[in-house]
Amino acid sequence: MLKFTLKSLLSRKLRLVLSGLAVLLAVMFVSGSMVIKDTLNRSIDAQFAGAHDDIDLHVALKPRVKSAASDDVSVVPPLDRATVDRVARVSGVAGASGLVRAEGARVIGKDGKVVPGTGGPRYGESWRERSELTTLRSGHEPRTDAEVAINAGLAEKAGLKVGDRVGVLTNEPKRTFVVVGVFGFSDDRDSIGGEQTVAFTEPVAQRLMLGRTGGYSGVRATLAPGASVADVQSSLARELGPRYDVLTGKQLAEKESDESRGILDMMGTLLLGFAGVSVFVGIFLIVNTFSIIIAQRMRELALLRALGASRKQMIGSVLVESFVVGLVSSALGLAAGIGVGAVGADMLASSTDGLQVAALGVPAGAVVVSFAVGILVTMLAALFPAVRASKVAPIAVIRAGATQQGRHRKQTWAGAVLLGLGVLLLGLGLFGADGASMVIVGVLLAFIGVSLLTPLISKPSVEVLGALFARGAPGALGRRNSARNPRRTAITASAMMIGVALVTAISTVAASAEDSVTQDINRDLKADLVALGDAGSAASATIDPAALARVAEVPGVRSVAAATLDTAKSGKGSQPVAAWQDWTKAREVLGLRTADGTIETLAPRTVLMNESTAKSRDAEVGDRITLQFQRGEARTYRVAGVFADSTLSNGVVVPWTDAEAGFRSKQPSQAYFQLADGADESKARARIDALLKDSPEVTVKTRGEVIEMFSGAFATMLAVVQGLLGVAMLIAVLGIVNTLALSILERTREMGMLRAIGLSRGQTVRMIMTESVVISLFGALLGLVVGSVLGLAVARAMEDQGISRLALPWGQLLAYLIGAVVVGVIASLAPARRGARLNVLAAISHG
Amino acid sequence: MTATVPVATERRVLARALGVTKMYGKGEAQVAALRGVNVDFAAGEFTAIMGPSGSGKSTLMHTLAGLDTVTDGEVFIGDTRVSDMSDKELTVLRRTRIGFIFQQFNLLPTLTAEENILLPLSIAGRKPSKDWFDRVIDTVGLAQRLDHRPDQLSGGQQQRVACARALVSQPEIIFADEPTGNLDSVSGTEVLEFLKNSVRTLGQTIVMVTHDPRAASYADRVIFLADGRIVGDLNEPTADAVIDTMRSLDDRARVA
Repeated sequence: MLKFTLKSLLSRKLRLVLSGLAVLLAVMFVSGSMVIKDTLNRSIDAQFAGAHDDIDLHVALKPRVKSAASDDVSVVPPLDRATVDRVARVSGVAGASGLVRAEGARVIGKDGKVVPGTGGPRYGESWRERSELTTLRSGHEPRTDAEVAINAGLAEKAGLKVGDRVGVLTNEPKRTFVVVGVFGFSDDRDSIGGEQTVAFTEPVAQRLMLGRTGGYSGVRATLAPGASVADVQSSLARELGPRYDVLTGKQLAEKESDESRGILDMMGTLLLGFAGVSVFVGIFLIVNTFSIIIAQRMRELALLRALGASRKQMIGSVLVESFVVGLVSSALGLAAGIGVGAVGADMLASSTDGLQVAALGVPAGAVVVSFAVGILVTMLAALFPAVRASKVAPIAVIRAGATQQGRHRKQTWAGAVLLGLGVLLLGLGLFGADGASMVIVGVLLAFIGVSLLTPLISKPSVEVLGALFARGAPGALGRRNSARNPRRTAITASAMMIGVALVTAISTVAASAEDSVTQDINRDLKADLVALGDAGSAASATIDPAALARVAEVPGVRSVAAATLDTAKSGKGSQPVAAWQDWTKAREVLGLRTADGTIETLAPRTVLMNESTAKSRDAEVGDRITLQFQRGEARTYRVAGVFADSTLSNGVVVPWTDAEAGFRSKQPSQAYFQLADGADESKARARIDALLKDSPEVTVKTRGEVIEMFSGAFATMLAVVQGLLGVAMLIAVLGIVNTLALSILERTREMGMLRAIGLSRGQTVRMIMTESVVISLFGALLGLVVGSVLGLAVARAMEDQGISRLALPWGQLLAYLIGAVVVGVIASLAPARRGARLNVLAAISHG
Repeated sequence: MTATVPVATERRVLARALGVTKMYGKGEAQVAALRGVNVDFAAGEFTAIMGPSGSGKSTLMHTLAGLDTVTDGEVFIGDTRVSDMSDKELTVLRRTRIGFIFQQFNLLPTLTAEENILLPLSIAGRKPSKDWFDRVIDTVGLAQRLDHRPDQLSGGQQQRVACARALVSQPEIIFADEPTGNLDSVSGTEVLEFLKNSVRTLGQTIVMVTHDPRAASYADRVIFLADGRIVGDLNEPTADAVIDTMRSLDDRARVA
């Protein structure tokens, strides 16, 4: 039996290739993602390796607020001289010195803009005696308060050299320094993990980076000869208590490497997610391919059964075939994945300056997962059609020759149940307590459910769709062919459906969000001009308050409202917080409306919040709420009022003075300008631009430009998602190619007859193309419907996050439909070519 | 022995093979299916081609119908030289001037009987003439079953649909490849009667390949093939005469 199976398998190369290709693609995506992730991780580890080998032990206060977002920076609370002395007194410590090293020193480049980040943090530090780990490459250390040294990576990125003047933004507005030295790190590294470092003299670093003269960000302890690192580490931890982190140099390097991994990690996870989608879509394709192949082999299999093979042997034969296909395709997919991974890692690393890509490596996990996914998925996909096939009485098959597909009630029921379950889970996940995994499982179940139900509607829908293309006999024949086997059409279309549905859902959410933002800004924003950071760094941009004060003096500017945003800790969770320099003006500029209590003024020790925040915190006017800011001790406030949701202001609004003391930065991160009636907008804008030129992190935008900025962010996000889902689409296209190729094989004799009675090659191509386009369009339409519903549900569930309106992206939906037609045409090219080239005579006499 | 050239003298020649040779394979493995066959088929005549399997009878029909190329010699349909035609020209030829009936019926399962019958016309983008269509349907006796699909028809009915399909485009000549091969004797007789009738009453020209002497006896003329050569030509045959000829061919083969 085994020999027979293998022979039969090898004798049909086309079959082998078609069924294997889908597995190959899916495995390629999975292993590629894993290789990328692994390579980048190792690259980063290599970057940080030994970065702090000159530190025996490092002591620092734990940050008060652990930042949630990756572009947020946790402020390390400064410690004082007394702590340094305390460390020095612990036994085993030979010496202790205070360090100043904190994130947030941004260098202004020659173009007047902040030098772009290179994937790592931007440190501002006090110059310390350099160990063998860092070396001055040129110049000398900063000796006066007006001098700085910078690392070689930053010097290269910014095009700076010794002797240049350079502006630096810190917790204070722009200050200008002279670059007196450029330094590098051990092993000839220009930068550690893409970091940028500006080294000041100690008093300057303390003032600018910590906001406190005499403060330190950490203590560096040197061990007495013969003391054990572990012993001293634990006695230090005991002496200082739980508010302190005590790390070895190695641990510190690991911690920094973990922090800088954040965004790459996220990308890796994202890639794996999309790899999952492609595996899921691949399953449909493999199931379909095996179904068709088995249908075509029915006679052969039935003959075997008539000759005495048992049902088990028959199923076994199919499983062995699928195992071989899975094994071979997984191996090829893994090889392709390693190639893709190498290219991908290179591309990602090149977006991070100064990151040397580690040698290509294949993690053991990728190998295991590739083969497990490839083989299991293939065998699972083959099992269903095999079991179904084995249930048919052998003689019926031999006699009838055809493969009659009856109604599949069980399947319909299963589909309905799965869809119901999926929708239920989706609903619970979206509208109940947090449940991202519930949403994912729900969506998957719903997809399977829909595809099981699809055969019910595929025949009528395909007939209707086909009518659009049924020009002449070839069109009519193609249309009939696509309606011929509803199950086959349904599964093929389902693969298409999933990709389109996901893209549509995301487009719908994005369109709804965009529409809400546009609407809210148009309705609420009373400012004529806004100074705002770019989308990614809107919260961390800074504006020089002195410059803002001068803007208020500009003729034509009626009022200025400035805000600063941050993240605070409240209980166990994090809470976005905002503060306004002048609340009365802010309220007017934002067009805020009272929902409860009073929002007219903001008294000390009280806070205001928007409705969604109040709802999710279960807070009412009069309640007490405790907030721990980045700096200082926790404070308790009374909720004085609640205002209606607005895109422009979410979260908890706290008094300005508290923000100055507790927020990460004392400087405003955004400002709103109202102009006097009849003032010339472009003139005012030019004046404001000029005044804010030393705050290059923000740009002055008109209301329209603000809307554009938000829309642009959505468009970018959408483009990334569309690109990644493109692979799932590719697999779906392959599915159509598969189905067509196998169907044509099945209908060889019929095609021979058609050619014999006068169907030309061109007409043959048109017939097959019509079939392909109809299937593809059907899948896309299904996807549009499912995706729109899903997208609207998700958007509705995100009402609290400011999506107040639902909108469908009609333009994109139309584009997806047109895309489906193109996909259908492309998918038909190879099969149509094959069909048109058939030898008429051979085809007619084809078994 | 060289076969005599059978020529139908008094009537117009519709299909002609001139020195047609057909070789399959290459070198040592080369096999001749036809060895210099000369034959004419007259308009309005029902001709059967007979011969044992491997005699080249199907190959002869395929080359005449433009479904297969010739190694040497020429094939004409009417005055048109078929050998050396491009695929495009052949398609048009088959579409407009030739009809086919297959052993396996070869109907499209997705189409009704009527749609199957009209298929060649719709492929060619032509409209059926109502009178002719009715007359064909009448002759085939399918008026009641036009909206049935092939799987709802018996084998004989399916083959009659296939016959109607061949007739409806009014081709100059119809080639039938073992049209009764898959039918029981009653249905087979029906189909043969019908083919004969369409020659008598509609003036159709038909060339039929068969190995069944009884089927051949319905034809006006029977040509016998053996080893790729024409070895006999019988006019107004009876079943017995056909059987006798076949037997004599067998004997000759045995002696050889």
